Amino acid sequence: MSDEEDDIVLSELSNEELVQQMHDDLYDGLKDEILEGVNILLERGWEPYKVLTEALVEGMRIVGIDFRDGILFVPEVLLAANAMKGGMGILKPLLAETGAPKQGKMVIGTVKGDIHDIGKNLVSMMMEGAGFEVVDLGINNPAENYLEALEKEDADILGMSALLTTTMPYMKVVIDELKAKGIRENYVVLVGGAPLNEEFGKAIGADAYCRDAAVAVETAKEYMAQRTHNQ
Amino acid sequence: MTDRLTRLLETRDWLLLDGATGTNLFAMGLEAGEPPEFWNFDFPDRIRALHQGFVDSGSDVILTNSFGGTSYRLKLHNAQDRVHELNKRAAELAREVADASDREIIVAGSVGPTGELMQPVGPLSHADAVAAFEEQGRALIEGGADVLWGETISSEEEMAAIAEAAANIGATLCGTLSFDSAGRTMMGVTSSAYAGMQDTFATKPLAFGANCGTGAPDLMRTVLGLTEAAPGAIVIAKANAGIPKYVDGAIEYDGTPETMAEYAKLARDAGARLIGGCCGTRNPHLKAMRAALESHTPGERPSLDKIRETLGEFSSADDGTGDAPAPTRERRSRRKRT
Repeated sequence: MSDEEDDIVLSELSNEELVQQMHDDLYDGLKDEILEGVNILLERGWEPYKVLTEALVEGMRIVGIDFRDGILFVPEVLLAANAMKGGMGILKPLLAETGAPKQGKMVIGTVKGDIHDIGKNLVSMMMEGAGFEVVDLGINNPAENYLEALEKEDADILGMSALLTTTMPYMKVVIDELKAKGIRENYVVLVGGAPLNEEFGKAIGADAYCRDAAVAVETAKEYMAQRTHNQ
Repeated sequence: MTDRLTRLLETRDWLLLDGATGTNLFAMGLEAGEPPEFWNFDFPDRIRALHQGFVDSGSDVILTNSFGGTSYRLKLHNAQDRVHELNKRAAELAREVADASDREIIVAGSVGPTGELMQPVGPLSHADAVAAFEEQGRALIEGGADVLWGETISSEEEMAAIAEAAANIGATLCGTLSFDSAGRTMMGVTSSAYAGMQDTFATKPLAFGANCGTGAPDLMRTVLGLTEAAPGAIVIAKANAGIPKYVDGAIEYDGTPETMAEYAKLARDAGARLIGGCCGTRNPHLKAMRAALESHTPGERPSLDKIRETLGEFSSADDGTGDAPAPTRERRSRRKRT
């Protein structure tokens, strides 16, 4: 907003100001500043989980909203996610040590026959940004890859992506396979990809179609909250 | 010597482009995940039939079956060593069909995205991208393509790389972006920004415009943005035939030939001169579009309301052009950016 704050010294900011500044720095994709901010908060005695949720996850939530609303586009989101990833690199080992609460675990991949991965990668990054654990299976996945990973990883969410109208129907094959094994209800199934729409998601038996990475995160959070509530 | 497309445009107000390559090849038995470019050798008769169908339906310009023909796409099928032969053959097959017609048919060498993110947000460097497009472009021209045709591109950097490759080859270029995210491309490029970029490319495209995206209403709004920002430019409109619907285990586009005919007339009224269809567009659509364009006397520039009434709703309230202030987020401070 103004130019008088050109030289921001992160270590001189109060906790509250620093967290605000980190949200702005994430928004601007400034990785070095995020690394510095994370370290300062840790030095000030913050729990790693508090740093994660209040500084990074909240910052990425704002990025996600503006991506959803057409204010930010893929390049800005990639830079923000990259900065976030830098911060996560410091926090991840600490979070494991301190046994911090987990948001949930997602297995994600582009379906068989489809080799597009930009959209899927965005969802992975935004989900990690929201504090989820993500197992990325990459591109061109047959049903057995998803099923194996879901079981092995004890995942909560299955994410499937397709960019081609010809590969979209394969999502139904995977869902039918889950049903045949009687494990469909163990997972929240989210689908996405440029040619998809809500009607398609319903037709194939997914829990939700997610228009973009930001919506995927919000939807995943809603479902996880419901699950915890029901248990 | 000027290229054939430039010469043909001197005698014609509009040209009909072709329809969907993917949709039509899948109808001929292409399997999901199978690279269509392999068919240039495996089933050349089907590729000829694809082109012939378009020509018989009235297309003046046909695009080669080489959309995924850069080394970056072919590498995903372990065919990165086949760039030259697959692209050259793609152009040869289209050339055969074009030369056999008694009308003048233009062969445009299709160049699609690498699928890689370019620097600064991704790993692919400008130089590597130029090299990949140049390798593909040279083979297309060698096989008989009249022009190179970049399509479904989303970033300025990638179109700039294609333009530099075209400049290095000495080929005429046409280039379309896919405006699929609230009227912008995935990377945030608006129609007016794209129009403004044309002079910055290493070779100035003969024609530029939009293909694919979300649906005909959005694409028409983009065309209005392009023709308003660049009056007099040769603008390309290549819209999808409706939106994909899931029917009995497969995907079908719901746009009818009648709707595509209406779209073609609106595109003409909006100032587009190269008009065709993208995903979902088949021969009946093209025939209807050809008939509509031939009998149509260009009318006044359509308003957004007129587009909405004729073709349906837009996918977003605005497309980032015009006088409306761009939405921004209030922030507490801004760092000095060096």
